[in-house]
Amino acid sequence: MHEWALAEGVISTILTVAKKKDAKEITEAEIKIGCLQQIDENIFTTAFRELVKHTPLEKTKIKLKNEEAYFKCRTCELEWNLTNTTNALGREESEAIHFIPELAHTFIRCPRCGSPDFAVTRGRGIWVEHIKILK
Amino acid sequence: MATINKRLKDIKRVIVVVGGKGGVGKSLIATTLSLVLSKRGHSVGLLDLDFHGPSCHTILDAKGVMPTEGEGIIPPEIHGIKLMSVVYYVGEKPLPLRGTEISNVFTELLAITKWGRTDYLIVDAPPGMGEEILDVIRLMKKGEFLIVTTPSNLALKTMSRLVKLLLEIRVPVLGIVENMRITKTKLTEELAKGLDIKYLGYVSFDYNLEGCISNPKKLLKTKFADNVKNILKVV
Repeated sequence: MHEWALAEGVISTILTVAKKKDAKEITEAEIKIGCLQQIDENIFTTAFRELVKHTPLEKTKIKLKNEEAYFKCRTCELEWNLTNTTNALGREESEAIHFIPELAHTFIRCPRCGSPDFAVTRGRGIWVEHIKILK
Repeated sequence: MATINKRLKDIKRVIVVVGGKGGVGKSLIATTLSLVLSKRGHSVGLLDLDFHGPSCHTILDAKGVMPTEGEGIIPPEIHGIKLMSVVYYVGEKPLPLRGTEISNVFTELLAITKWGRTDYLIVDAPPGMGEEILDVIRLMKKGEFLIVTTPSNLALKTMSRLVKLLLEIRVPVLGIVENMRITKTKLTEELAKGLDIKYLGYVSFDYNLEGCISNPKKLLKTKFADNVKNILKVV
């Protein structure tokens, strides 16, 4: 259900940008979903459609695209992706990262040197990639 | 930002407990303040911002509880206090974070937590004047700062730097609490006067306090809690 909170944030971002651009209509929004948070796309879409009722986004088409999560170790500089890590994560760990992606630093370690000091270089969070508007 | 403002809109007052130096008693004062306000019938939230060393859950003896989900996250009530902390997700494991990562955790916590109607949100801030403090100033516009220090010269000097920063950026400062007082000294009071902020009073060093951690009922009966109640009258 965290998807509802994320949908709220995405809607607010789209509306703010559209207002700045003096948009009369927002026809399409492309939303990128970073895989680190393991967002349920169906719940997100349901939440989005429910929350945009009676708003200027009611008829806006949304496109969801995924981005694989990548990490870079700050100690040994190894780069790796989430797919190499998820098998080691239990349900509770995945859920914690789902709510707050940075909690990955508690549960994920560099596969080469074991360091918890790494950066999430791609695939964190959710963001609006672009919107199409009519003026 | 709009989501965060929405989450915080039904909170009447946000009191941020800061001190600059570690170990001056911020968490105990923040948690006891929350307990006292809750016992007086107020709706109280407590946000533990010390991601590296959360303590509020230990003081409140929060065990076997988790936030519930419902279009966001609803913090569980412990002894009448809505407590939010990363500890629900990381337990007693370490959470090593760098600067931007701390900011991200804070932003996520504010964006997902549904406090609902709340009279007081008490924020237990970590030592220093890094990301957490700067983010509170940036994102929690209602924040009023309660400064905690011990009468030690080392703590006072650090606290003084923090107060200067808060005054420079013109955020509301409620005043200074002198904690762990063993002997009578005018150092803190004089420093408060010099900084032109209120001296809210002192909390005596309570030798029995350690035995009351994880026992909120007992904690509320201590001399420490009585002193906190006196501070509250002035605030």
